[in-house]
Amino acid sequence: MTSTLTPARKRSALTKGQLPKFAPYVVLAVALVLGAAILALIGFNAFGWGIVSAILFAAGLVGWSAAVEGSRKAKDKLATCLVVGSFLVALLPLISVIWTVLVNGIPGIITPGFLGTSMNGVTGVYDNRAAEGGGPVLGGIYHALLGTVQITLLATVISVPVGLLTAIYLVEYGNDRPLARAITFFVDVMTGIPSIVAGLFAAAFFFAVVGPGTKTGAVAAVALSVLMIPVVVRSSEEMLKIVPNELREAAYALGVRKWRTILKVVIPTAISGIASGVTLAIARVIGETAPILVTAGFATSINNNVFGGWMASLPTFIYTQILNPTSPSNPDPSSQRAWGAALVLIILVMLLNLGARLIARVFAPKTGR
Amino acid sequence: MTTTSLTSSRGAGRAGDKVFSGATLAAGCLILAVLFGVALFLVIQAIPAFTAPAADIQGGKGFFAYIWPIVVGTLIAAIIALVIATPIAIGVALFISHYAPRKLASGLGYVVDLLAAIPSVIYGAWGAAFLAKEIAPAYDWLATNMGWLPIFHGPASATGKTILTAGIVLSVMVLPIITSLSREIFLQTPKLHEEAALALGATRWEMIKMAVLPFARPGIISAVMLGLGRALGETMAVALVLSSGALTASLIQSGNQTIAAEIALNFPEASGLKVSTLIAAGLVLFVITLAVNMVARWIISRHKEFSGAN
Repeated sequence: MTSTLTPARKRSALTKGQLPKFAPYVVLAVALVLGAAILALIGFNAFGWGIVSAILFAAGLVGWSAAVEGSRKAKDKLATCLVVGSFLVALLPLISVIWTVLVNGIPGIITPGFLGTSMNGVTGVYDNRAAEGGGPVLGGIYHALLGTVQITLLATVISVPVGLLTAIYLVEYGNDRPLARAITFFVDVMTGIPSIVAGLFAAAFFFAVVGPGTKTGAVAAVALSVLMIPVVVRSSEEMLKIVPNELREAAYALGVRKWRTILKVVIPTAISGIASGVTLAIARVIGETAPILVTAGFATSINNNVFGGWMASLPTFIYTQILNPTSPSNPDPSSQRAWGAALVLIILVMLLNLGARLIARVFAPKTGR
Repeated sequence: MTTTSLTSSRGAGRAGDKVFSGATLAAGCLILAVLFGVALFLVIQAIPAFTAPAADIQGGKGFFAYIWPIVVGTLIAAIIALVIATPIAIGVALFISHYAPRKLASGLGYVVDLLAAIPSVIYGAWGAAFLAKEIAPAYDWLATNMGWLPIFHGPASATGKTILTAGIVLSVMVLPIITSLSREIFLQTPKLHEEAALALGATRWEMIKMAVLPFARPGIISAVMLGLGRALGETMAVALVLSSGALTASLIQSGNQTIAAEIALNFPEASGLKVSTLIAAGLVLFVITLAVNMVARWIISRHKEFSGAN
């Protein structure tokens, strides 16, 4: 109804000098057409089309607005274009990375035996044969998958108790004492330790205590713990802080001791947040490459013992397959394996992130009725 | 609250209280001990590199001559990353906090967080296999048209595996860190300031310029410094993307090296004095990032007193 009345309505003084509602769409259409035309002159590609059209759109809209609405509105339009543009630019690498990994990784992952075999005995000879079309790409990531699971599990077993207890100290016992403030500060500082330095620390520690050249899965787990503990402390601390004080006071009023209050009231209330924080911490360390590189060595065969011998992991597997292909003259089979492993790793990390969200939602404390 | 008098009363369970509070205290102290241990063991293992005769260190001119080019390389890569990431990150944070429809905002924030979830080795592989190849023609163009600038001095690397590519990959990795911290600060801007600005007739951009950005400035600075800490210590992106070499001023030729990548590339095969040299390099990196992070945290804590942000 209203639309039929519009032509008859007089423009009020307040809306004078405003771009019509459809202005952005018109400018966008013109920009897309012009962009396509310009690109057609210098050779068409989709990426360039997007960039040129975006610039034309921003220039057109801002110019029109400056002519009709004045400089203040034009500046506002320019800022809006820049802000939205920066968000779109930030999406580009995400899409590109995921696309690259999918396209390159799927051939690797559907190769028979990729998930179930190790690289034990797979030499350049087989890769050369595969590259010449004379056989399948042999070898897989079973040993690396196993190593990643073992190292991450051990790191979790070390980090979670230490991190959770520290968070409890900070929230329940710390009372803003100097020690608590020092721990908070240094946990924050620890969050910023470069991952390679954490690896070097674990290596230096075991070189000094056990003997030079000690490289096992356990050393890598210690390195990952250094990275994981601050994350666990921070997230658990946040979760414990939002447990309402009324719950604690109710428990105290019933004569329950402080440690039982914490174990039976505070932690169960916060458990969903804590568990999702731990899951996110695992997702963070499972993809760490540098610390494992300097602490666990490279293995091509299955190693079930975290405390003895070199151990492979998914990130270091990707790294070595790219930098030192199994067959230097034919790197393609190696890079196929590397991208396959990258796809598996990205799926693992995404599942952990998704799991964290699910845990937070499913185990959230029941509120009220 | 009179909880202290309740917990100190007599009766069974007192031992439980003691044990439990002792355990939490021990865990807290363990963290301090670990951080202290990181410094201590790095120093112990690094000492041979400092005391060894200059000729024995790689390069033959002593530890200082070995370390300074890669320190400069590390700084170059980190600065490129920040120059690219900071404006985009602030834009993205503003988009999520003030421009996007309220219903979409948290979902979009999660999308940006996905960038942080992707492992660094995958960024490295992507940078080496995809980005370097795509960006090489742009370097050629820069070398021919902007070659008079020392940083774009030609001939450009044909593979695209240069410090600029590494810096771009690093910028993608620090982007989510700066974004998520700035977003938190932007959301804490007092609503009354924003509404007052809008009520006086300010456009949305003027409101952001007058109310949001001044309030958030310390937060943005510390977010950028935390991003700097990450960029300085990032290993894999550089190790896989950069074809390293001697220190050069040109960003589009192969060359330069960062501390973290130097350690990652050489440590697995190192032995003897080389191990000490690399651990000493790690110590230098540790000290630099520690200083950067402490300054950032100090800015945040100073800011906290009058805004409630953290």
